[in-house]
Amino acid sequence: MSNKIELFLRALGKPLVKFISSLGDLTIFIAQSVYNCLTPPFYFKLMGKQLIDIGFYSLPVVGLTTIFAGMVIALQSYTGFARFGAESGVASVVLISVTRELAPALSGLMVAGRIGAAMAAEIGTMRVTEQIDALVTLSTNPFKYLVAPRIIAGIIVLPVLVLIGDVIGIFGGYVVCVYKLGFNPANYINSTLQNLESLDIITGVVKAAVFGFIITLMGCYNGYKSRGGAQGVGEATTNAVVSASILILIFNYIITELLFAK
Amino acid sequence: MSETKIKISDLHKAFGKKVVLNGIDLEVAKGESLVVIGGSGTGKSVLIKCIQGLLVPDSGSIEIDGEETVGVDKHRQEELHSKMGMLFQGGALFDSLSVWQNVAFSLLENKKMPAKEARTEAVRVLRQVGLAPDVADLSPSELSGGMQKRVSLARVIATRPEIIFFDEPTTGLDPIMADVINDLIIETVKGLGATALTITHDMASARKIADKIAMLYQGKIIWQGTVKELDKTDNPYVKQFINGSSHGPIKVEI
Repeated sequence: MSNKIELFLRALGKPLVKFISSLGDLTIFIAQSVYNCLTPPFYFKLMGKQLIDIGFYSLPVVGLTTIFAGMVIALQSYTGFARFGAESGVASVVLISVTRELAPALSGLMVAGRIGAAMAAEIGTMRVTEQIDALVTLSTNPFKYLVAPRIIAGIIVLPVLVLIGDVIGIFGGYVVCVYKLGFNPANYINSTLQNLESLDIITGVVKAAVFGFIITLMGCYNGYKSRGGAQGVGEATTNAVVSASILILIFNYIITELLFAK
Repeated sequence: MSETKIKISDLHKAFGKKVVLNGIDLEVAKGESLVVIGGSGTGKSVLIKCIQGLLVPDSGSIEIDGEETVGVDKHRQEELHSKMGMLFQGGALFDSLSVWQNVAFSLLENKKMPAKEARTEAVRVLRQVGLAPDVADLSPSELSGGMQKRVSLARVIATRPEIIFFDEPTTGLDPIMADVINDLIIETVKGLGATALTITHDMASARKIADKIAMLYQGKIIWQGTVKELDKTDNPYVKQFINGSSHGPIKVEI
């Protein structure tokens, strides 16, 4: 009997110990990353390449996601508001939901899938083919060379993507309202501009910067720690995307709570 | 010749419960080429990674030029790296960079040499390892295994290290290409006047490039001597290993 209890406790304890030790690992990794992001030398060329990779090449994905998000919000809120004869509220619902929630959260998730996976795969492959060790033997700090440019680029470029997403998302709402539901274009634009508040935009931008950090951090961390050949790299890629997506949704709530709960 | 370059004493390293290095004592003289032989999984790679500071040993001491390197701070570690170069088993070329950028990596990143100058230097070193200038703009993935090894060697040479580590330099190459690489290694080490530490299980390669051979077994150096002494030894472990026999005191863990 006592043997069974012991086995049960072991089965419980092992993953727990593993979880806590990986949490410690991650904390050290974050501290090292942040320190190396802030101290020279800086690799501006690599950062530029990352800005283009993360930012420019994500534009189509972000554009498509936000335009359809804006469109569907317009359609849904119209059917809701029409019951109360309050169709004029559609513009402001589109505005608020796109800028505060949809543009940052959806762009974050899409970029996590696109960039987080690519980063984990690239850095993971560099790890298993000893390229990271090679960097060290060539007197180059892999945190400065690989991790810092990616994280800094992520923090800078996600807010820009979200700002562009805001415009496209609102345009999506406009398209549905004007061309499908027959709103007056001038009225729609007017009520959008009237309801425009800087706090809504700022919320989205703050969220985007945090998501940029989360996505690049998770991509780099999982890649950096990957072990054991192709399978290890595959696992790292999956973990990078899953953990980044979950963290994005969690921090999306936390930031909203911090900024709006009174 | 008798000046000691690397001195390892009582080095221990374990991963969890698995003891890999169990009290290594080893000395390499300046300008000497030492080859460490041993079966797969006996900790040869762990040994050279410890010397380079890529892994931190559990206990023991590693001295380079009389200076203790275990536990030095990051800054000093980076300076020590500039003394050392390593030819990785798989080449470990950066696949995001072209061949010449790989060779000139240290010149570009650490010495901040202008790109044009660095490229000329890279082409010169590439020629030294027998590669034509037109490979300079290719990507590493476009090269054959033997060529990748050469580029990797060129990357090591370009940093002009005092100590070079060779991690199974001939593994995965055909016998002729392996011999070409052996010749290149000898040439390089002599040309730079460097100290070399090679790990391998390829006996033909070991005989050719070694001044001295040491055998690693169960985390300890169980034998060392010159190539001539190797053939005369009656150490049963060494005999079994160089003859490549499955019968003998060494039991293969399956």
